[in-house]
Amino acid sequence: MEKLLSDFSLGLFVWMTVLFLILLGLLRKFAWGPILNAVNDREEGIRSALAAAEDAKREMQNVTADSEKLLKEARAERESMLKEAREIKEKIVSDARDLAKVEGDKMIKQAQLTIESEKKAAVADIKNQVAELSVAIAEKVLKEKLSENKKQLELVDSLLGDIKMNA
Amino acid sequence: MRNTLLSKFLIVSALLMSFTGFAKDAKEAGEAPEKDKKTEIKEYIEHHLKDSHSFSLFSYTKDNGEHVYIDVPLPVILWDEGLKVFSSSRFHHGETLAEVDGSYYKLYHNKIYETNADGEIRYNEEHKVLNEKPLDLSITKNVVMIFITGLLILWIFSSLARSYAKNNNMPKGFGRFMEPIVLYIRDEIARPNIGEKRYRKYMPFLLTIFFFIWFLNIFGLTPLGVNVTGNIAITFALALMTFLITSFTGTKTYWKHLFDPLGDTMPWYAKVPLYIILVPIELLGTIVKPFSLLIRLYANMTAGHIVLMSLIGLMFIFKSWIGSPLSFALAFAISLIEVLVALLQAYIFTMLSALYFGFASEEHHEEHEGEIAHL
Repeated sequence: MEKLLSDFSLGLFVWMTVLFLILLGLLRKFAWGPILNAVNDREEGIRSALAAAEDAKREMQNVTADSEKLLKEARAERESMLKEAREIKEKIVSDARDLAKVEGDKMIKQAQLTIESEKKAAVADIKNQVAELSVAIAEKVLKEKLSENKKQLELVDSLLGDIKMNA
Repeated sequence: MRNTLLSKFLIVSALLMSFTGFAKDAKEAGEAPEKDKKTEIKEYIEHHLKDSHSFSLFSYTKDNGEHVYIDVPLPVILWDEGLKVFSSSRFHHGETLAEVDGSYYKLYHNKIYETNADGEIRYNEEHKVLNEKPLDLSITKNVVMIFITGLLILWIFSSLARSYAKNNNMPKGFGRFMEPIVLYIRDEIARPNIGEKRYRKYMPFLLTIFFFIWFLNIFGLTPLGVNVTGNIAITFALALMTFLITSFTGTKTYWKHLFDPLGDTMPWYAKVPLYIILVPIELLGTIVKPFSLLIRLYANMTAGHIVLMSLIGLMFIFKSWIGSPLSFALAFAISLIEVLVALLQAYIFTMLSALYFGFASEEHHEEHEGEIAHL
Protein backbone atom coordinates (compact mmCIF):
# COMPACT_ATOMS: atom_id res chain seq x y z
CA MET A 1 0.00 0.00 0.00
CA GLU A 2 2.80 2.36 0.90
CA LYS A 3 4.50 1.47 -2.31
CA LEU A 4 1.32 2.19 -4.21
CA LEU A 5 1.02 5.58 -2.57
CA SER A 6 4.64 6.43 -3.23
CA ASP A 7 4.18 5.37 -6.85
CA PHE A 8 1.21 7.67 -7.19
CA SER A 9 2.18 10.68 -9.23
CA LEU A 10 -0.10 13.68 -8.87
CA GLY A 11 1.23 15.22 -12.06
CA LEU A 12 0.41 12.13 -14.09
CA PHE A 13 -3.01 12.01 -12.49
CA VAL A 14 -3.68 15.62 -13.48
CA TRP A 15 -2.47 15.03 -17.04
CA MET A 16 -4.46 11.84 -17.32
CA THR A 17 -7.67 13.48 -16.10
CA VAL A 18 -7.31 16.51 -18.32
CA LEU A 19 -6.32 14.55 -21.43
CA PHE A 20 -9.00 11.95 -20.85
CA LEU A 21 -11.73 14.54 -20.42
CA ILE A 22 -10.60 16.35 -23.57
CA LEU A 23 -10.53 13.03 -25.42
CA LEU A 24 -13.97 12.16 -24.09
CA GLY A 25 -15.36 15.52 -25.23
CA LEU A 26 -13.79 15.31 -28.66
CA LEU A 27 -14.82 11.71 -29.21
CA ARG A 28 -18.33 12.46 -28.04
CA LYS A 29 -18.67 15.27 -30.53
CA PHE A 30 -16.78 13.87 -33.50
CA ALA A 31 -16.98 10.13 -33.11
CA TRP A 32 -19.47 8.51 -30.75
CA GLY A 33 -22.34 10.88 -31.48
CA PRO A 34 -22.20 10.53 -35.27
CA ILE A 35 -21.37 6.81 -35.10
CA LEU A 36 -24.23 5.93 -32.77
CA ASN A 37 -26.63 8.14 -34.69
CA ALA A 38 -25.62 6.58 -37.98
CA VAL A 39 -25.94 3.08 -36.55
CA ASN A 40 -29.32 3.93 -35.05
CA ASP A 41 -30.50 5.41 -38.31
CA ARG A 42 -29.35 2.36 -40.15
CA GLU A 43 -31.06 0.03 -37.72
CA GLU A 44 -34.20 2.13 -37.89
CA GLY A 45 -34.03 1.90 -41.66
CA ILE A 46 -33.60 -1.85 -41.57
CA ARG A 47 -36.43 -2.20 -39.09
CA SER A 48 -38.81 -0.06 -41.14
CA ALA A 49 -37.79 -1.85 -44.33
CA LEU A 50 -38.50 -5.18 -42.67
CA ALA A 51 -41.81 -3.91 -41.39
CA ALA A 52 -42.69 -2.62 -44.84
CA ALA A 53 -41.77 -5.97 -46.36
CA GLU A 54 -43.88 -7.70 -43.75
CA ASP A 55 -46.78 -5.38 -44.52
CA ALA A 56 -46.40 -5.97 -48.22
CA LYS A 57 -46.35 -9.69 -47.62
CA ARG A 58 -49.45 -9.49 -45.47
CA GLU A 59 -51.16 -7.34 -48.07
CA MET A 60 -50.20 -9.81 -50.75
CA GLN A 61 -51.62 -12.59 -48.65
CA ASN A 62 -54.76 -10.56 -48.12
CA VAL A 63 -55.07 -9.99 -51.83
CA THR A 64 -54.57 -13.66 -52.53
CA ALA A 65 -57.04 -14.58 -49.86
CA ASP A 66 -59.48 -12.03 -51.22
CA SER A 67 -59.21 -13.27 -54.74
CA GLU A 68 -59.54 -16.81 -53.55
CA LYS A 69 -62.58 -15.83 -51.59
CA LEU A 70 -64.00 -14.05 -54.62
CA LEU A 71 -63.33 -17.05 -56.76
CA LYS A 72 -64.99 -19.32 -54.26
CA GLU A 73 -67.93 -17.01 -54.02
CA ALA A 74 -68.23 -16.84 -57.76
CA ARG A 75 -68.04 -20.57 -57.98
CA ALA A 76 -70.67 -20.95 -55.30
CA GLU A 77 -72.86 -18.42 -57.04
CA ARG A 78 -72.49 -20.18 -60.34
CA GLU A 79 -73.31 -23.41 -58.62
CA SER A 80 -76.38 -21.97 -56.98
CA MET A 81 -77.46 -20.30 -60.20
CA LEU A 82 -77.13 -23.54 -62.06
CA LYS A 83 -79.09 -25.32 -59.40
CA GLU A 84 -81.75 -22.69 -59.44
CA ALA A 85 -81.94 -22.87 -63.19
CA ARG A 86 -82.29 -26.60 -63.04
CA GLU A 87 -84.99 -26.29 -60.46
CA ILE A 88 -86.79 -23.68 -62.52
CA LYS A 89 -86.50 -25.84 -65.58
CA GLU A 90 -87.88 -28.81 -63.75
CA LYS A 91 -90.66 -26.77 -62.33
CA ILE A 92 -91.50 -25.35 -65.69
CA VAL A 93 -91.46 -28.74 -67.24
CA SER A 94 -93.55 -30.28 -64.55
CA ASP A 95 -95.91 -27.31 -64.58
CA ALA A 96 -96.23 -27.61 -68.29
CA ARG A 97 -96.81 -31.26 -67.99
CA ASP A 98 -99.49 -30.75 -65.40
CA LEU A 99 -101.10 -28.04 -67.40
CA ALA A 100 -100.96 -30.12 -70.52
CA LYS A 101 -102.44 -33.00 -68.70
CA VAL A 102 -105.27 -30.92 -67.30
CA GLU A 103 -105.87 -29.33 -70.67
CA GLY A 104 -105.69 -32.65 -72.41
CA ASP A 105 -108.08 -34.19 -69.95
CA LYS A 106 -110.39 -31.30 -70.42
CA MET A 107 -110.16 -31.64 -74.17
CA ILE A 108 -110.64 -35.37 -74.06
CA LYS A 109 -113.68 -34.94 -71.85
CA GLN A 110 -115.07 -32.34 -74.20
CA ALA A 111 -114.31 -34.53 -77.12
CA GLN A 112 -116.04 -37.40 -75.45
CA LEU A 113 -119.03 -35.22 -74.72
CA THR A 114 -119.03 -33.99 -78.29
CA ILE A 115 -118.68 -37.50 -79.57
CA GLU A 116 -121.51 -38.61 -77.32
CA SER A 117 -123.79 -35.84 -78.43
CA GLU A 118 -122.79 -36.37 -82.04
CA LYS A 119 -123.45 -40.01 -81.65
CA LYS A 120 -126.83 -39.31 -80.19
CA ALA A 121 -127.61 -36.88 -82.92
CA ALA A 122 -126.37 -39.35 -85.49
CA VAL A 123 -128.45 -42.16 -83.96
CA ALA A 124 -131.46 -39.88 -83.86
CA ASP A 125 -130.83 -38.90 -87.42
CA ILE A 126 -130.39 -42.48 -88.48
CA LYS A 127 -133.60 -43.33 -86.68
CA ASN A 128 -135.42 -40.54 -88.45
CA GLN A 129 -133.97 -41.52 -91.76
CA VAL A 130 -134.71 -45.17 -91.14
CA ALA A 131 -138.23 -44.22 -90.20
CA GLU A 132 -138.58 -42.03 -93.25
CA LEU A 133 -137.05 -44.68 -95.45
CA SER A 134 -139.20 -47.37 -94.03
CA VAL A 135 -142.23 -45.16 -94.46
CA ALA A 136 -141.13 -44.41 -97.97
CA ILE A 137 -140.47 -48.07 -98.64
CA ALA A 138 -143.66 -48.98 -97.07
CA GLU A 139 -145.39 -46.36 -99.12
CA LYS A 140 -143.77 -47.68 -102.25
CA VAL A 141 -144.47 -51.23 -101.32
CA LEU A 142 -148.00 -50.35 -100.53
CA LYS A 143 -148.33 -48.43 -103.70
CA GLU A 144 -146.98 -51.38 -105.57
CA LYS A 145 -149.11 -53.84 -103.79
CA LEU A 146 -152.18 -51.81 -104.00
CA SER A 147 -151.86 -51.17 -107.64
CA GLU A 148 -153.95 -54.23 -108.28
CA ASN A 149 -157.12 -55.00 -106.53
CA LYS A 150 -156.36 -58.51 -106.03
CA LYS A 151 -153.20 -57.82 -104.37
CA GLN A 152 -154.88 -55.18 -102.21
CA LEU A 153 -157.30 -57.71 -101.09
CA GLU A 154 -154.74 -60.26 -100.44
CA LEU A 155 -152.87 -57.76 -98.38
CA VAL A 156 -155.90 -56.81 -96.45
CA ASP A 157 -156.50 -60.43 -95.86
CA SER A 158 -152.97 -61.12 -94.76
CA LEU A 159 -153.02 -58.08 -92.55
CA LEU A 160 -156.30 -59.07 -91.14
CA GLY A 161 -154.97 -62.55 -90.68
CA ASP A 162 -152.00 -61.09 -88.80
CA ILE A 163 -154.25 -59.05 -86.68
CA LYS A 164 -156.42 -62.01 -85.98
CA MET A 165 -153.40 -64.12 -85.14
CA ASN A 166 -152.10 -61.37 -82.90
CA ALA A 167 -155.40 -60.92 -81.19
CA MET B 1 29.86 -4.76 -11.34
CA ARG B 2 28.30 -5.33 -14.70
CA ASN B 3 28.64 -7.86 -17.42
CA THR B 4 28.46 -5.44 -20.29
CA LEU B 5 27.50 -7.65 -23.18
CA LEU B 6 24.96 -9.47 -21.10
CA SER B 7 23.16 -6.39 -19.89
CA LYS B 8 23.16 -5.02 -23.37
CA PHE B 9 21.37 -8.06 -24.65
CA LEU B 10 19.11 -8.22 -21.67
CA ILE B 11 17.79 -4.78 -22.31
CA VAL B 12 17.51 -5.02 -26.04
CA SER B 13 15.73 -8.33 -25.99
CA ALA B 14 13.47 -7.27 -23.17
CA LEU B 15 12.28 -4.56 -25.44
CA LEU B 16 12.32 -6.51 -28.66
CA MET B 17 10.97 -9.77 -27.38
CA SER B 18 11.17 -11.68 -30.61
CA PHE B 19 14.90 -12.27 -30.84
CA THR B 20 15.74 -15.71 -29.53
CA GLY B 21 19.29 -15.65 -30.71
CA PHE B 22 20.39 -13.44 -27.87
CA ALA B 23 19.87 -16.06 -25.25
CA LYS B 24 22.45 -18.14 -27.05
CA ASP B 25 24.86 -15.27 -27.32
CA ALA B 26 24.53 -14.56 -23.65
CA LYS B 27 26.24 -17.83 -22.93
CA GLU B 28 29.39 -16.66 -24.57
CA ALA B 29 29.42 -13.59 -22.42
CA GLY B 30 31.28 -15.29 -19.67
CA GLU B 31 30.40 -15.77 -16.04
CA ALA B 32 28.92 -13.09 -13.87
CA PRO B 33 27.85 -13.36 -10.28
CA GLU B 34 24.36 -14.87 -10.22
CA LYS B 35 23.04 -12.47 -7.60
CA ASP B 36 24.02 -9.41 -9.56
CA LYS B 37 22.22 -10.57 -12.64
CA LYS B 38 19.08 -11.20 -10.65
CA THR B 39 19.18 -7.81 -8.98
CA GLU B 40 19.81 -6.20 -12.29
CA ILE B 41 16.79 -7.87 -13.85
CA LYS B 42 14.68 -6.97 -10.84
CA GLU B 43 15.77 -3.36 -11.00
CA TYR B 44 15.17 -3.28 -14.69
CA ILE B 45 11.65 -4.58 -14.27
CA GLU B 46 10.94 -2.10 -11.51
CA HIS B 47 12.27 0.70 -13.61
CA HIS B 48 10.14 -0.39 -16.53
CA LEU B 49 6.95 -0.48 -14.51
CA LYS B 50 7.39 3.12 -13.48
CA ASP B 51 6.73 6.24 -15.40
CA SER B 52 9.75 7.97 -16.87
CA HIS B 53 10.81 11.48 -17.77
CA SER B 54 12.27 10.36 -21.07
CA PHE B 55 10.96 8.11 -23.79
CA SER B 56 13.63 5.44 -23.70
CA LEU B 57 13.94 3.03 -26.58
CA PHE B 58 16.86 1.04 -25.21
CA SER B 59 20.06 1.48 -23.29
CA TYR B 60 23.28 -0.40 -22.92
CA THR B 61 26.59 -0.20 -21.13
CA LYS B 62 29.81 0.20 -23.00
CA ASP B 63 32.89 -1.88 -22.24
CA ASN B 64 34.40 1.01 -20.34
CA GLY B 65 31.39 1.14 -18.04
CA GLU B 66 29.71 4.11 -19.64
CA HIS B 67 25.93 3.93 -19.89
CA VAL B 68 24.48 4.77 -23.26
CA TYR B 69 20.81 5.67 -23.41
CA ILE B 70 18.96 5.80 -26.68
CA ASP B 71 15.93 7.86 -25.84
CA VAL B 72 13.90 10.96 -26.51
CA PRO B 73 14.10 13.51 -23.68
CA LEU B 74 10.73 14.88 -22.68
CA PRO B 75 9.91 18.28 -21.23
CA VAL B 76 9.90 18.63 -17.47
CA ILE B 77 7.31 20.99 -16.07
CA LEU B 78 7.61 21.86 -12.41
CA TRP B 79 5.51 24.09 -10.24
CA ASP B 80 7.88 25.32 -7.60
CA GLU B 81 7.15 28.95 -6.79
CA GLY B 82 6.49 29.56 -10.45
CA LEU B 83 6.38 27.45 -13.53
CA LYS B 84 9.67 25.87 -14.56
CA VAL B 85 10.02 24.14 -17.88
CA PHE B 86 13.18 22.44 -19.07
CA SER B 87 14.26 19.34 -20.93
CA SER B 88 14.74 16.10 -19.03
CA SER B 89 18.03 15.65 -20.87
CA ARG B 90 19.50 18.03 -18.29
CA PHE B 91 19.19 15.33 -15.65
CA HIS B 92 21.35 12.95 -17.67
CA HIS B 93 19.27 10.09 -16.33
CA GLY B 94 19.72 11.10 -12.76
CA GLU B 95 23.46 11.43 -13.05
CA THR B 96 23.56 15.21 -12.88
CA LEU B 97 21.63 17.98 -11.21
CA ALA B 98 19.50 20.34 -13.21
CA GLU B 99 19.86 23.96 -12.20
CA VAL B 100 16.86 26.08 -13.08
CA ASP B 101 16.45 29.67 -11.93
CA GLY B 102 18.73 29.14 -8.96
CA SER B 103 17.07 25.93 -7.73
CA TYR B 104 18.63 22.51 -8.03
CA TYR B 105 16.64 19.48 -8.98
CA LYS B 106 17.66 15.87 -8.88
CA LEU B 107 16.03 12.90 -10.59
CA TYR B 108 16.07 10.16 -8.02
CA HIS B 109 14.18 6.89 -8.58
CA ASN B 110 12.10 8.49 -11.30
CA LYS B 111 11.03 11.32 -9.02
CA ILE B 112 12.20 14.89 -9.05
CA TYR B 113 13.45 16.34 -5.75
CA GLU B 114 14.68 19.76 -4.91
CA THR B 115 18.20 19.58 -3.53
CA ASN B 116 21.02 21.84 -2.55
CA ALA B 117 23.84 22.61 -4.95
CA ASP B 118 25.61 19.36 -4.09
CA GLY B 119 22.64 17.23 -4.98
CA GLU B 120 22.36 15.81 -1.50
CA ILE B 121 19.44 13.49 -0.78
CA ARG B 122 18.51 13.37 2.91
CA TYR B 123 16.72 10.41 4.47
CA ASN B 124 14.82 9.94 7.69
CA GLU B 125 15.28 6.87 9.87
CA GLU B 126 12.80 4.85 7.75
CA HIS B 127 14.88 5.55 4.66
CA LYS B 128 12.36 8.01 3.33
CA VAL B 129 13.51 10.94 1.29
CA LEU B 130 13.09 14.18 3.20
CA ASN B 131 13.87 16.50 0.30
CA GLU B 132 11.11 18.73 -0.92
CA LYS B 133 9.20 17.46 -3.93
CA PRO B 134 7.95 20.15 -6.30
CA LEU B 135 4.65 19.55 -8.08
CA ASP B 136 5.74 17.61 -11.13
CA LEU B 137 3.51 18.27 -14.12
CA SER B 138 6.05 16.95 -16.60
CA ILE B 139 5.08 15.45 -19.90
CA THR B 140 6.29 12.00 -19.00
CA LYS B 141 6.41 8.88 -21.11
CA ASN B 142 2.93 7.94 -19.95
CA VAL B 143 1.55 11.35 -20.80
CA VAL B 144 3.05 11.03 -24.26
CA MET B 145 1.48 7.60 -24.65
CA ILE B 146 -1.89 8.89 -23.48
CA PHE B 147 -1.57 11.66 -26.02
CA ILE B 148 -0.64 9.27 -28.83
CA THR B 149 -3.37 6.82 -27.92
CA GLY B 150 -5.91 9.59 -27.66
CA LEU B 151 -4.99 10.89 -31.11
CA LEU B 152 -5.09 7.37 -32.51
CA ILE B 153 -8.55 6.69 -31.08
CA LEU B 154 -9.75 10.08 -32.22
CA TRP B 155 -8.41 9.46 -35.70
CA ILE B 156 -9.86 5.96 -36.04
CA PHE B 157 -13.30 6.82 -34.79
CA SER B 158 -13.74 10.23 -36.32
CA SER B 159 -12.81 8.72 -39.67
CA LEU B 160 -15.33 5.97 -39.00
CA ALA B 161 -17.92 8.61 -38.15
CA ARG B 162 -17.16 10.51 -41.34
CA SER B 163 -17.35 7.36 -43.44
CA TYR B 164 -20.99 6.92 -42.44
CA ALA B 165 -22.01 10.27 -43.86
CA LYS B 166 -20.19 9.64 -47.10
CA ASN B 167 -21.25 6.07 -47.52
CA ASN B 168 -24.98 5.98 -46.85
CA ASN B 169 -24.69 4.89 -43.22
CA MET B 170 -22.38 2.00 -43.99
CA PRO B 171 -18.92 1.92 -42.39
CA LYS B 172 -15.87 1.97 -44.59
CA GLY B 173 -12.16 1.60 -44.10
CA PHE B 174 -10.47 0.57 -40.89
CA GLY B 175 -13.46 1.62 -38.84
CA ARG B 176 -15.33 -1.35 -40.22
CA PHE B 177 -13.42 -3.56 -37.84
CA MET B 178 -14.25 -1.28 -34.96
CA GLU B 179 -17.95 -0.92 -35.57
CA PRO B 180 -18.85 -4.42 -34.33
CA ILE B 181 -16.97 -3.67 -31.11
CA VAL B 182 -18.84 -0.39 -30.68
CA LEU B 183 -22.08 -2.28 -31.27
CA TYR B 184 -21.02 -4.99 -28.85
CA ILE B 185 -20.44 -2.43 -26.12
CA ARG B 186 -23.80 -0.90 -26.83
CA ASP B 187 -25.79 -4.12 -27.11
CA GLU B 188 -24.01 -6.43 -24.68
CA ILE B 189 -22.62 -4.06 -22.08
CA ALA B 190 -24.62 -0.83 -21.94
CA ARG B 191 -28.12 -1.99 -22.82
CA PRO B 192 -28.46 -5.00 -20.52
CA ASN B 193 -26.72 -3.36 -17.58
CA ILE B 194 -28.07 0.17 -17.73
CA GLY B 195 -31.39 -0.32 -19.44
CA GLU B 196 -32.93 0.56 -22.74
CA LYS B 197 -34.12 3.99 -21.69
CA ARG B 198 -31.06 5.40 -19.98
CA TYR B 199 -28.05 3.79 -21.63
CA ARG B 200 -27.54 6.49 -24.22
CA LYS B 201 -26.05 9.15 -21.98
CA TYR B 202 -23.40 6.73 -20.69
CA MET B 203 -22.33 5.48 -24.10
CA PRO B 204 -19.60 8.07 -24.80
CA PHE B 205 -17.89 7.37 -21.51
CA LEU B 206 -18.15 3.59 -21.81
CA LEU B 207 -16.84 3.57 -25.36
CA THR B 208 -14.02 5.94 -24.48
CA ILE B 209 -12.80 3.98 -21.46
CA PHE B 210 -13.05 0.70 -23.31
CA PHE B 211 -10.96 1.75 -26.28
CA PHE B 212 -8.64 3.87 -24.15
CA ILE B 213 -7.81 0.99 -21.79
CA TRP B 214 -7.68 -1.58 -24.54
CA PHE B 215 -5.35 0.42 -26.77
CA LEU B 216 -3.07 1.33 -23.89
CA ASN B 217 -2.98 -2.29 -22.74
CA ILE B 218 -1.97 -3.34 -26.23
CA PHE B 219 0.66 -0.61 -26.37
CA GLY B 220 1.98 -2.04 -23.13
CA LEU B 221 2.75 -5.26 -24.98
CA THR B 222 4.74 -3.59 -27.71
CA PRO B 223 8.50 -3.28 -27.46
CA LEU B 224 8.05 0.41 -26.68
CA GLY B 225 7.95 -0.70 -23.08
CA VAL B 226 5.16 1.52 -21.90
CA ASN B 227 3.12 0.64 -18.87
CA VAL B 228 0.33 3.19 -18.74
CA THR B 229 -2.61 1.12 -17.54
CA GLY B 230 -0.36 -0.50 -14.96
CA ASN B 231 0.16 2.85 -13.32
CA ILE B 232 -1.84 3.57 -10.19
CA ALA B 233 -2.40 7.24 -11.05
CA ILE B 234 -3.98 6.29 -14.38
CA THR B 235 -6.28 3.62 -12.99
CA PHE B 236 -7.14 5.93 -10.11
CA ALA B 237 -8.18 8.65 -12.54
CA LEU B 238 -10.30 6.22 -14.53
CA ALA B 239 -11.96 4.74 -11.48
CA LEU B 240 -12.55 8.19 -10.04
CA MET B 241 -14.42 9.17 -13.17
CA THR B 242 -16.59 6.08 -12.91
CA PHE B 243 -17.25 6.93 -9.27
CA LEU B 244 -18.13 10.55 -10.01
CA ILE B 245 -20.42 9.63 -12.88
CA THR B 246 -22.11 6.99 -10.74
CA SER B 247 -22.65 9.51 -7.95
CA PHE B 248 -23.79 12.41 -10.08
CA THR B 249 -26.19 10.41 -12.22
CA GLY B 250 -27.53 8.56 -9.19
CA THR B 251 -31.30 8.80 -8.98
CA LYS B 252 -33.40 9.36 -5.90
CA THR B 253 -33.93 5.61 -5.66
CA TYR B 254 -30.18 5.03 -5.61
CA TRP B 255 -29.52 7.49 -2.82
CA LYS B 256 -32.55 6.35 -0.90
CA HIS B 257 -31.25 2.82 -1.14
CA LEU B 258 -27.90 3.95 0.24
CA PHE B 259 -29.32 5.66 3.30
CA ASP B 260 -32.41 3.56 3.73
CA PRO B 261 -31.47 0.14 2.39
CA LEU B 262 -34.32 -1.73 4.08
CA GLY B 263 -37.06 0.62 2.91
CA ASP B 264 -40.52 0.06 4.34
CA THR B 265 -39.95 -3.50 5.38
CA MET B 266 -39.74 -2.66 9.05
CA PRO B 267 -40.61 0.16 11.49
CA TRP B 268 -38.13 2.97 12.06
CA TYR B 269 -37.20 1.97 15.61
CA ALA B 270 -36.12 -1.45 14.36
CA LYS B 271 -34.07 0.09 11.59
CA VAL B 272 -32.05 2.45 13.79
CA PRO B 273 -29.71 -0.15 15.33
CA LEU B 274 -29.31 -1.91 12.00
CA TYR B 275 -28.56 1.26 10.14
CA ILE B 276 -25.67 2.10 12.42
CA ILE B 277 -23.93 -0.78 10.69
CA LEU B 278 -25.73 -0.96 7.35
CA VAL B 279 -25.47 2.62 6.17
CA PRO B 280 -21.68 2.87 6.61
CA ILE B 281 -21.37 -0.45 4.76
CA GLU B 282 -23.51 0.82 1.91
CA LEU B 283 -21.55 4.06 1.74
CA LEU B 284 -18.28 2.18 1.85
CA GLY B 285 -19.61 -0.03 -0.93
CA THR B 286 -19.93 2.94 -3.26
CA ILE B 287 -16.22 3.60 -2.78
CA VAL B 288 -15.12 -0.03 -2.76
CA LYS B 289 -16.72 -0.66 -6.14
CA PRO B 290 -14.61 1.83 -8.10
CA PHE B 291 -11.65 1.03 -5.86
CA SER B 292 -11.85 -2.58 -7.01
CA LEU B 293 -11.79 -1.31 -10.60
CA LEU B 294 -8.67 0.69 -9.85
CA ILE B 295 -6.82 -2.18 -8.21
CA ARG B 296 -7.99 -4.83 -10.67
CA LEU B 297 -6.71 -3.04 -13.74
CA TYR B 298 -3.51 -1.92 -12.05
CA ALA B 299 -2.73 -5.34 -10.62
CA ASN B 300 -3.53 -7.25 -13.77
CA MET B 301 -1.45 -5.11 -16.04
CA THR B 302 1.45 -4.80 -13.62
CA ALA B 303 1.44 -8.54 -12.96
CA GLY B 304 1.39 -9.26 -16.67
CA HIS B 305 4.39 -7.04 -17.25
CA ILE B 306 6.31 -8.50 -14.31
CA VAL B 307 5.65 -12.08 -15.42
CA LEU B 308 6.61 -11.38 -19.00
CA MET B 309 9.77 -9.54 -18.12
CA SER B 310 10.77 -12.07 -15.51
CA LEU B 311 10.44 -14.86 -18.04
CA ILE B 312 12.58 -12.92 -20.47
CA GLY B 313 15.05 -12.28 -17.66
CA LEU B 314 15.13 -15.99 -16.92
CA MET B 315 16.74 -16.61 -20.28
CA PHE B 316 19.85 -14.85 -19.04
CA ILE B 317 19.82 -16.57 -15.71
CA PHE B 318 19.46 -20.07 -17.15
CA LYS B 319 22.01 -19.58 -19.89
CA SER B 320 21.50 -23.09 -21.15
CA TRP B 321 20.31 -24.69 -24.34
CA ILE B 322 17.22 -26.01 -22.62
CA GLY B 323 16.30 -23.33 -20.13
CA SER B 324 16.53 -20.29 -22.32
CA PRO B 325 14.46 -21.51 -25.25
CA LEU B 326 11.99 -22.87 -22.73
CA SER B 327 11.61 -19.55 -21.01
CA PHE B 328 11.36 -17.91 -24.39
CA ALA B 329 8.53 -20.27 -25.34
CA LEU B 330 6.89 -19.54 -22.03
CA ALA B 331 7.31 -15.80 -22.51
CA PHE B 332 5.80 -16.13 -25.95
CA ALA B 333 2.82 -18.06 -24.61
CA ILE B 334 2.34 -15.57 -21.79
CA SER B 335 2.46 -12.65 -24.18
CA LEU B 336 -0.30 -14.28 -26.21
CA ILE B 337 -2.32 -14.62 -23.04
CA GLU B 338 -1.52 -11.00 -22.25
CA VAL B 339 -3.10 -9.96 -25.54
CA LEU B 340 -6.26 -11.61 -24.30
CA VAL B 341 -5.88 -10.08 -20.84
CA ALA B 342 -5.47 -6.66 -22.45
CA LEU B 343 -8.90 -7.03 -24.05
CA LEU B 344 -10.43 -8.76 -21.05
CA GLN B 345 -9.39 -6.07 -18.59
CA ALA B 346 -10.75 -3.34 -20.84
CA TYR B 347 -13.98 -5.32 -21.10
CA ILE B 348 -14.24 -5.89 -17.35
CA PHE B 349 -13.60 -2.25 -16.53
CA THR B 350 -16.24 -1.13 -19.01
CA MET B 351 -18.68 -3.85 -18.02
CA LEU B 352 -18.45 -3.12 -14.30
CA SER B 353 -18.67 0.62 -14.86
CA ALA B 354 -21.83 0.01 -16.85
CA LEU B 355 -23.16 -2.17 -14.07
CA TYR B 356 -22.55 0.53 -11.48
CA PHE B 357 -24.16 3.14 -13.72
CA GLY B 358 -27.09 0.82 -14.13
CA PHE B 359 -27.59 0.56 -10.38
CA ALA B 360 -27.20 4.29 -9.91
CA SER B 361 -29.65 5.27 -12.62
CA GLU B 362 -32.34 2.76 -11.73
CA GLU B 363 -35.63 4.63 -11.42
CA HIS B 364 -37.61 2.16 -9.36
CA HIS B 365 -36.38 -0.71 -7.37
CA GLU B 366 -37.21 -3.22 -10.00
CA GLU B 367 -35.52 -6.55 -9.89
CA HIS B 368 -32.33 -6.41 -7.87
CA GLU B 369 -30.26 -8.86 -9.84
CA GLY B 370 -28.70 -10.72 -6.98
CA GLU B 371 -26.26 -8.70 -4.98
CA ILE B 372 -23.84 -8.22 -7.82
CA ALA B 373 -23.75 -4.58 -6.82
CA HIS B 374 -21.66 -5.42 -3.83
CA LEU B 375 -18.98 -7.27 -5.72
